[in-house]
Amino acid sequence: MTADETLDCYGLLCPMPIVETAKKINEMKIDEVLEVLSTDEGIKADMPAWCDATGNEFLGIEGEGRDLHVFVRKIAG
Amino acid sequence: MSSTTTEEKVIPESKEEKKTKEKVTMVVFSGDLDKVLASFIIATGAASMGMDVTMFFTFWGLNAIKKNEAKNTAPGVMKKMLGVLNKGGSKRLPLSKFHMGGMGTSMMKKLMKQHKMPNIDEMIDLAKQMNVKLLACTITLDILGISKDQLREDVIDGYVGAVSYLSEAKDGNVNLFI
Repeated sequence: MTADETLDCYGLLCPMPIVETAKKINEMKIDEVLEVLSTDEGIKADMPAWCDATGNEFLGIEGEGRDLHVFVRKIAG
Repeated sequence: MSSTTTEEKVIPESKEEKKTKEKVTMVVFSGDLDKVLASFIIATGAASMGMDVTMFFTFWGLNAIKKNEAKNTAPGVMKKMLGVLNKGGSKRLPLSKFHMGGMGTSMMKKLMKQHKMPNIDEMIDLAKQMNVKLLACTITLDILGISKDQLREDVIDGYVGAVSYLSEAKDGNVNLFI
């Protein structure tokens, strides 16, 4: 999957990857895709939940173990 | 005919309204490092979800938003003694378990740093950036003899009583006592 922006959250623990995602998404334009790099397994459940709560689109996760690439499309303003 | 159109209008509007109003309120009663940290993790997490977050600091919880360099200005012997025993400040919070005279707590702080976890001060800054509202309990200030200038006035949004907290909490979707 290709992304417009990449956010390096390697080594950050909950809730920092989500907090950083929220900040980053805020700066992005609608329809742009953000790739979040994370070592935190919790993000697998947290990112879909965050997207659900904020109205952004969860596109999926690539990678496994400690190298997760999470994709989110900005929908909400 | 006209009634159906108004109904159609009303439903999405009220949904939208509910969405913007989702709210978390928290009573931070504990002044333990781990519990205060957990409070801020939840607060910043909720704020990142676009929720309205209010944290009400009361009793020992106020220690988290006390200045580290605050002078003991409490009036009277008992309050003065309490001020000595209960110095407070974000850097002095003990762990609820395994504090071990400070040894356990400093080890935990090291571990947290290794994991790039924000400390309490950084958490407060982060919460403020995300518009989390921090309220201080006035009753506690009186009982413990804490003056406002001993607190982080730069981050506190208000000095209120239990009723103000409750008026926020009654609209809350998530209300926690930590």
